[in-house]
Amino acid sequence: MKPINRFTMTFDSRSANEGFARLVASGFAALLDPTVEELCDIKTAVSEAVTNCIVHAYPDGVGNIYISAAIYESGLFKIKIRDRGCGIEDVEKAKEPLYSSLGGERAGLGFAVMESFCDKLSVRSTLGKGTCVTLDKYIKGKALADR
Amino acid sequence: MEMITSGKCMTFFLSGEIDHHNAASIRKVIDEETDKLMPQVLVLDFSGVTFMDSSGVGLVMGRYRNVSAHGGRLEAVNLPPWCYKIMKMSGLEKIARIRMTGGKQ
Repeated sequence: MKPINRFTMTFDSRSANEGFARLVASGFAALLDPTVEELCDIKTAVSEAVTNCIVHAYPDGVGNIYISAAIYESGLFKIKIRDRGCGIEDVEKAKEPLYSSLGGERAGLGFAVMESFCDKLSVRSTLGKGTCVTLDKYIKGKALADR
Repeated sequence: MEMITSGKCMTFFLSGEIDHHNAASIRKVIDEETDKLMPQVLVLDFSGVTFMDSSGVGLVMGRYRNVSAHGGRLEAVNLPPWCYKIMKMSGLEKIARIRMTGGKQ
């Protein structure tokens, strides 16, 4: 399956970039003519993934966050959010709703939100090497929603 | 952030984007004010919120904890659809007695 368009970017794991990252992702996905709800879903899921990199992957400093995304003829929007941070010891545990390794005011919903707001979530992580989160979202778009 | 106090009821009008980056300053303002007044009812009005991720849910959870610690209650009102959806999916209503309104386009 060959993408009809794609982009990659690298940016600092600074919390100010959370808004920037979801704006870029949703701007790119806009090429598929999504509904407002589909765009909101993408913004939210990307925000969760990027926040995880900032809060968990690089807890004591600033590292690189790598995003690559592609769109396909079928309406598929695919985005990878990758870091070279500390990695996740137990991915299944991390995915549990309301579990947060940090506690406090983190709701522990990051992966649950990504899972429910996208069509597919996959997480690959190696301790000490980093994490790669891939999100798939099928855009049905305004054309279909209006019918 | 605008705030209205009426007796023991405090309403905060949240606006803009609520994410991990912005949540800290919103939290600080609300906590400073509620610590002074100890409201019986804390109302968070979401009508001006243009984006919210799970940090917003964390924000509500934390304020609920604070206000219920001294016997008060929390209401999350005028949630736009993008806030309503994530609040609903969080299951917060099941563990906390929070009145939620909104959700319509």
